[in-house]
Amino acid sequence: MIPAAFEYHRPADLASALSILNTHGDEARVVAGGHSLIPMMKLRMTEIGHLVDLQDIASLRGIEVTSDSVVIGAMTTQHELITSDALATALPIIREAALLIADPQVRYMGTLGGNVANGDPGNDMPGLMQCLDARFTVEGADGPREIKARAYYESAYFTAREEEEILTKVTIPLPAAGHGFAYEKQKRKVGDYATAACGVIVSGDGASVAMTNLADTPIWSEQAGTALAAGDVDGAVAAALAAIDPQEDMRGPIAFKRHVAGVVIRRAMERALTRAKG
Amino acid sequence: MKDEVTSTEERRENLKGMGCARKRVEDVRFTQGKGNYVDDIKMDGMLFGDFVRSPYAHARVTSINKEAALAIPGVVAVLTAEDLAPLGLHWMPTLAGDKQMVLADGKVLFQGQEVAFVVANDRYAASDGVEAVEVDYEDLPVVTDPFKALEPDAPVLREDLEGQTEGAHGPRKHHNHIFTWEQGDEAATEQVMSTADVVAEEMVYYHRTHPNPLETCGCVASMDKVTGKLTLYGTFQAPHAIRTIVSLISSIPEHKIRVVSPDIGGGFGNKVGAYSGYVCSVVASIVTGKPVKWVEDKMDNLMSTAFARDYWMKGKIAATKEGKITGLHCHVIGDHGGFDACADPTKFPAGFFNICTGSYDIPTAYLSVDGVYTNKAPGGVAYRCSFRVTEAAYFIERMIEVLAIKLDMDSAELRRINFIKKEQFPYQSALGWEYDSGDYHTAWDKALEAVDYKALRAEQAQRIEDFKAGKTRKLMGVGLSFFTEIVGAGPVKNCDILGLGMFDSCEIRIHPTGSAIARLGTISQGQGHATAFAQIIASEIGIPADDITLEEGDTDTAPYGLGTYGSRSMPVAGAATAMASRKIKAKAQMIAAYLLEVHDDDVEFDVDRFAVKGNPERFKTMKEIAFAAYNQAIPGVEPGLEAVSYYDPPNMTYPFGAYICVMELDVDTGEHEIRKFYALDDCGTRVNPMIIEGQVHGGATEGYAIAMGQEIAYDEMGNHKTATLMDFFVPTAMETPTYQTDFTVTPSPHHPIGAKGVGESPNVGSVPAFSNAVHDAFRAFGLVQSHMPHDHWRVWRIADELGLHG
Ligand SMILES: Cc1cc2nc3c(=O)[nH]c(=O)nc-3n(C[C@H](O)[C@H](O)[C@H](O)COP(=O)(O)OP(=O)(O)OC[C@H]3O[C@@H](n4cnc5c(N)ncnc54)[C@H](O)[C@@H]3O)c2cc1C
Repeated sequence: MIPAAFEYHRPADLASALSILNTHGDEARVVAGGHSLIPMMKLRMTEIGHLVDLQDIASLRGIEVTSDSVVIGAMTTQHELITSDALATALPIIREAALLIADPQVRYMGTLGGNVANGDPGNDMPGLMQCLDARFTVEGADGPREIKARAYYESAYFTAREEEEILTKVTIPLPAAGHGFAYEKQKRKVGDYATAACGVIVSGDGASVAMTNLADTPIWSEQAGTALAAGDVDGAVAAALAAIDPQEDMRGPIAFKRHVAGVVIRRAMERALTRAKG
Repeated sequence: MKDEVTSTEERRENLKGMGCARKRVEDVRFTQGKGNYVDDIKMDGMLFGDFVRSPYAHARVTSINKEAALAIPGVVAVLTAEDLAPLGLHWMPTLAGDKQMVLADGKVLFQGQEVAFVVANDRYAASDGVEAVEVDYEDLPVVTDPFKALEPDAPVLREDLEGQTEGAHGPRKHHNHIFTWEQGDEAATEQVMSTADVVAEEMVYYHRTHPNPLETCGCVASMDKVTGKLTLYGTFQAPHAIRTIVSLISSIPEHKIRVVSPDIGGGFGNKVGAYSGYVCSVVASIVTGKPVKWVEDKMDNLMSTAFARDYWMKGKIAATKEGKITGLHCHVIGDHGGFDACADPTKFPAGFFNICTGSYDIPTAYLSVDGVYTNKAPGGVAYRCSFRVTEAAYFIERMIEVLAIKLDMDSAELRRINFIKKEQFPYQSALGWEYDSGDYHTAWDKALEAVDYKALRAEQAQRIEDFKAGKTRKLMGVGLSFFTEIVGAGPVKNCDILGLGMFDSCEIRIHPTGSAIARLGTISQGQGHATAFAQIIASEIGIPADDITLEEGDTDTAPYGLGTYGSRSMPVAGAATAMASRKIKAKAQMIAAYLLEVHDDDVEFDVDRFAVKGNPERFKTMKEIAFAAYNQAIPGVEPGLEAVSYYDPPNMTYPFGAYICVMELDVDTGEHEIRKFYALDDCGTRVNPMIIEGQVHGGATEGYAIAMGQEIAYDEMGNHKTATLMDFFVPTAMETPTYQTDFTVTPSPHHPIGAKGVGESPNVGSVPAFSNAVHDAFRAFGLVQSHMPHDHWRVWRIADELGLHG
């Protein structure tokens, strides 16, 4: 459980970080909270020549709530997501979901950027960001570009981000005031990834449904959202279930996961509906 | 000299002796991060060892190339079986009479098996070295199922034993068979079965799990080339036994070996056996002349050092139609993995599994156990239980439930009418044990009343109605468990490990100023020995527990003993402590009589002093007596005040208890909630009630984990699927139930202070309570038996198979 040797870089600004990435190509990787990357390095499943630590780059931190969106810096920790009252007022589903991630120790270190960037299907934030129709800003040598969360995930650990790009921030459009929301997650214990999880937003503008750890990418189901917006919970659950592709693991076989997914999705929808104010 | 504390009660409290909920003296250092564990040991020039492990469960090792590893800066040596063979150390004896490869000798038998040992200047280089060793494997067919292992054409796992029809415990019936162990009367039991009103039959599986102490196994071996003395620091639950075994297999004379167990971060049976890491570290230290440290990481620990359970228990239980049990038949297939490395007393290859008649007066019984080799890690140790007792308790407590279903009876009542009665003790069981004492009916009534059993059953009946009416998706289970343990191994006449008799010891030295140091042959791994044993001395001799230092674990200073496991410390070393105290007290009495100028028989012990009979104003305190013992010439009495006692117990002790669990189960998600967990323990005399409560909480939490999710799982290729704490379930504070503890006191008649031991009872007793709660919730829907662990998906599967998902 000791990683292979690596060079450690700790740039103070984004430009320096990008230039290190450019110099070393796929030999280099950024590290944020390290709580996904370092275990992989310790298992020697990932060998990295140059580790570029982003924690000294102040521009990558912070939560900004405006009248129509929320912008969160990639290096903002999950703990900070939980403790920000402004964020809890604007987008209460983020606190609800973040509290279901891992445990406090992991959340002090783990970042939003790290959670969404690497494409681990077990992570909760990617599904949530799809539910919220967030946009990720990634920046490389050619400057910044935006990728929709719903278009970011290709397969497990494969994303639309180029290797030399850094994810700098996440922009989330604010759902209508009084929106209903719920993030439901079944797990074996505190600190576990989801057996099945589902995020739901409902408002006068429509509904959005996305699921976590039920396929090799997060799953956002447009049909489920449409059905839910029309008040058809059964139809919405059926549509969501039709979109998933769970795999067997120690949490259980596929039939079990499908069944639990149905329960979790329904609970999320029902809870979101009861919370929606008009 | 008059003392200030006058009332007898005050003087007694001042001692903090037996019965006092004294705070644990160890916790001062543990809670401040000041413990001293093996991995805290740093020595000049210390090297680090790490293993190359097999990725295959069964394969031939065709070549090992060390060159690339040796080229890595900092790598000092790479040891393989070839290097150890000239020393005869490429294999080592196991505690179960088998032998085990120290390093892969031509083949590997389980995933994670030790193949080569890389020694380097630091851990990092060692780890790089491990990556660089090139090993070629040729894979062989894998057997992970013990039933398949016994099929005629199953692959031969242990080629070293090929053609060997006689094993350490009698004939071997098959090339993957280890032993058959039989107890009881087979013919009589068959007879009972064939004529009984009712016979219930079931296969009960106690799955494979792991003791998983927070601190993994490790050691530091240091051979001093000048003195020729080997010092071995390690996480040993039995340091003296390790010293003797090291001497026997290395031929280093025993006085040239010092074994030290420093603070140990939990053992639970995982740290009883001898591991490749110890042997390789010793060899590496001898070869390099430098201290060598080896410490497992969590994956190493879960994959390679001793697992627990993996018992397939086929039971038949016979009864009259009124529910009086007339016979019990049990056949076990025990999956031991690639080597038989159980840590049981030599004559007991299935441990004390023959306690499986439980708390019941079962007149006729028969048991046979077959041990089997598979391509899984070796072990089969007693994970917080006395040798296979938790398996036995789980078996009988499941069979009682299965019988209750067959008889359509309430299982609380079925237990009651079959309990051994108070007046039947000492009770001779059909499978060979003599239970020392018990009062099961009193404990059971107290437990049922405490949880309001009748009300629970009424609530459950209502719940079933509501469920059937579609008003709820949750079921409620009431899990009952009544267990009898057999602990305190054990009488030397029938208990030994590799020929070492299982007595234990205590040596006490009273200092001239009246404080003391005591040393024992046991070793605490978190049990609080330094606290509790001092309390025994305090009450027995009359000096305050706070004035007594207690030491264990250094074989150069501690008296010989067989260590701590099987709840044996209080029954055996605790008895030795009382006996050594009594020797001191006897001498103190002579000194007091001399000082008081009366005959020995004219003084009597009074809490912390000897006083003249009938004249309590004339006395000598133990402090005064101690000073006189060293500094006054007393005719006919040697100076000094110390004693040592080696205690060979006349019998085991038989703690018992009644545990009840109330559980809610969601039939759709398989999730559970423990609403109540009541634990009544009778461990005889209670030395420290707070430590007992702590032990019950800890053991019940392990039991909860085992019953509800913890397992060591392999796929068909023998790949280990639960080698990290993400998948190996260890509950956090969030999952851990709240416990309600209670007790009755039935002292052991043969133990000097009547104590029976408690550390393992909660693991033994709670597993059936949790599991029975799950079964009970589904009983009304037709469930008879479903194997642990009852994690979400398996509970869901029960509901699914019973058609509860519509
Ligand atoms: C015990 C445990 C339990 C956990 N349980 C959960 C859970 O239930 N739900 C959950 O969602 N997560 C869980 N996690 C994961 C945790 O939330 C991680 O911390 C998080 O997923 C990754 O964030 P990080 O900041 O630690 O990223 P790192 O580990 O530092 O990085 C992860 C990957 O993302 C890349 N990366 C990081 N930041 C950027 C960036 N700004 N731009 C481009 N690439 C980047 C890295 O190069 C790396 O490949 C758990 C982790 C642990 C250890």
